[in-house]
Amino acid sequence: MFAISDNDISVDALREQLMDPGAGGLCVFEGWVRNENEGRTVERLEYEVYEPLAVSEGEKVIAEAREQFPHLQACCVHRSGLLEIGDCAVWVGVAAPHRDEAFKACRYIIDQIKVRLPIWKKEHYLDGDTGWVNCERCANV
Amino acid sequence: MKTITVRYFAMFREHAGLGEETLQLDVATALDVFEQTRSRHASTEPSGHCKVAINDEMAEWTSSVNDGDTVLLFPPVAGG
Repeated sequence: MFAISDNDISVDALREQLMDPGAGGLCVFEGWVRNENEGRTVERLEYEVYEPLAVSEGEKVIAEAREQFPHLQACCVHRSGLLEIGDCAVWVGVAAPHRDEAFKACRYIIDQIKVRLPIWKKEHYLDGDTGWVNCERCANV
Repeated sequence: MKTITVRYFAMFREHAGLGEETLQLDVATALDVFEQTRSRHASTEPSGHCKVAINDEMAEWTSSVNDGDTVLLFPPVAGG
């Protein structure tokens, strides 16, 4: 299951969904909003998401992970909108019979989500400036 | 000439000053659409860092565009 949420991510409910008598463990990655990037103090973050394609591409990533490691349950939720420092921006959970495939699948999912989904991050800095992450060159007009 | 609806996101939307426009373009591929709109809106982002979708399906820069298509131009993504 992959979803976009414009509210706080309900971690306990997601964890519950992955409970499975065949699973020997759960590997979780939580991405948090950090107060610094490349030497600049970040005050908050804003995620813009093109939801129809983010969801379909996110579902594909999870399906690919399950193809590589057939016996796992996985889910991921990514935030949209305005987030404060310390907020959970993305949650990935993988329940599997053994830890090796849980770690590997969790890593695969977060890595792919960062580079494939139509999601953009705008940083709001302490000095009032803003900047799109990974998009410095777009500003050269 | 083809009628193409172009949608802009994030930095591209801010540059263009609009989220969407319908244009008459002499184009064969998604890359042609990107290049023509890039010069129209004075962006210098190379296509290699960006992604494109056609009619809500992820596409390649070499994908053909047809009359009536909607082309979605995505600047470099940054999820997570």
